[in-house]
Amino acid sequence: MMSIGFRTLLFKEVLRFWKVAAQTITAPVLTALLYLLVFGHALEAHVQAYPGVSYIAFLIPGLVMMSVLQNAFANSSSSLIQSKINGSMVFLLLSPVSHRETFFAYLLAAVVRGVSVGCGVFAVTLWFAPLQFAAPAWVVVFALLGSAVLGTLGLIAGIWAEKYDQIATFQNFLIMPATFLSGVFYSIGSLPPLWQKVSHFNPFFYIIDGFRHGFFGQSDVAPTTSMAIVAIFFVLLATLALRMLKTGYKLRH
Amino acid sequence: MPAPMRAATAIFRMTAIQITGVEKSYQTLKALDGVSLSIGQGEFFGLLGPNGAGKTTLISVMAGLARADRGSVQILGHDVVADFRAARLNLGVVPQEIVFDPFFTVRETLKLQSGYFGLKNNDAWIDEVMANLDLTAKADANMRELSGGMKRRVLVAQALVHKPPVIVLDEPTAGVDVELRQALWQFISRLNREGHTILLTTHYLEEAEALCHRIAMLKNGRVVALDTTDALLKRISGSSLMLQLAQGSLPPALLPLVAQQEAAPAGVKYLLRINHASEVEPILAQVRASGAMIADIALQQASLEDVFLQVMDGRAEAA
Repeated sequence: MMSIGFRTLLFKEVLRFWKVAAQTITAPVLTALLYLLVFGHALEAHVQAYPGVSYIAFLIPGLVMMSVLQNAFANSSSSLIQSKINGSMVFLLLSPVSHRETFFAYLLAAVVRGVSVGCGVFAVTLWFAPLQFAAPAWVVVFALLGSAVLGTLGLIAGIWAEKYDQIATFQNFLIMPATFLSGVFYSIGSLPPLWQKVSHFNPFFYIIDGFRHGFFGQSDVAPTTSMAIVAIFFVLLATLALRMLKTGYKLRH
Repeated sequence: MPAPMRAATAIFRMTAIQITGVEKSYQTLKALDGVSLSIGQGEFFGLLGPNGAGKTTLISVMAGLARADRGSVQILGHDVVADFRAARLNLGVVPQEIVFDPFFTVRETLKLQSGYFGLKNNDAWIDEVMANLDLTAKADANMRELSGGMKRRVLVAQALVHKPPVIVLDEPTAGVDVELRQALWQFISRLNREGHTILLTTHYLEEAEALCHRIAMLKNGRVVALDTTDALLKRISGSSLMLQLAQGSLPPALLPLVAQQEAAPAGVKYLLRINHASEVEPILAQVRASGAMIADIALQQASLEDVFLQVMDGRAEAA
């Protein structure tokens, strides 16, 4: 698995986003900070999601995970669609790098970008509210699982899309609504029963809920259940992505 | 193009590229219709054909960029589908389109490509390839900053970073200046002399004539001619004699030989088809006897372009 081809592709994918870090790291950190300032201060006095936890403290893990998810998706999807459109994908396709190596290299690069942005968001928002780490292992587990899920979704979108606007469609009509409706800004306990049920069909909800459990030791769903659901979702997506790469769907003609 | 750079005789013992009954369709278009070719190790092989003949599709199938509907391709005995790793390790392809990754410099591009092929410490060879393609001065320039010709040089360098025994060049000199062409052909010829097999597609037929030991011509996805370059050139009987007459006209006995006739600034220009140079003197004697005055004369050898046009018109015998 750790062949030179795989390591080179992983290095290239990380170098690609690192070379434009202002756009790929700094900008999303700034966006998350703005969310915190606007929503945090506007809703601080009106919302208490968990007993004894301020709204800003509640919001920070949600924003961190939202940034992780969106940037993991953006990394693999934008890299693939760019290399497909500018034609440089051919250099990888001509090489002996296998479909599995390709999958894991894109996936790991997406995880690196997602987690890097997440750390950045965490670092700048840390000053706004005291945070605890009730169960830090869950923080790590859900950060990795969440970025892996979205990195894989980005891979699928990048392979499927033929134009930039198709990626934007994927992002605006699937990723963004699913992220916003997953409990980034609220606890689903505050929703009407129908919407609570609907939220349980959103895999992103389990990622954010489990991630938050790592900070506060409390969540809407048991973290083991969330982990199992997210892991199953990941396996399904990874199977689809590997299948697409193996058959050369929209890559080899 | 200088005098033929190809070896006069060459013996190719092992098969570098084996293409067997390859068919490929895109919807209703049959791009390849049962192509079979065997290219020996160390050959400099030309694949010619008009636009849309199937050359690039065939190369795509060889490189794994496209999958054949039927048939198989082997590179040095490795099937390009079942044993794709070994097949691709042995193959370097210069794509026809100028494509590049705008995030990286020339050196980074070549190091990354080298890594894809499992080579970690390959700097010496990368430097040599860059030097041979006159890229050294641009090694640290971003790909976006390069001219079209320079980008094409990088494409060639990328195909060579892993020193592949089989090199495929899909119209590598399209839109390239004379200097690069000369440098490229010298470098590629050197690699060929060192044992690398070269498969070249080009629209510059004089390049193919000068470089290739053997040539296949494709038309509508089929091989319509396959032979050594010398044999193909012999297939067309001989040469052409250009005669420009300032006064008088061609004797009637010579009219059957006329392939082309056009008005010249002073008189009439004729192109006569002849089989051998020994026929020139009797023709000139007949012209002089008729009282016509010769203003200009030139003997033109048949070129690969003549063969190509005849094969594509279906006038020359297929392989």
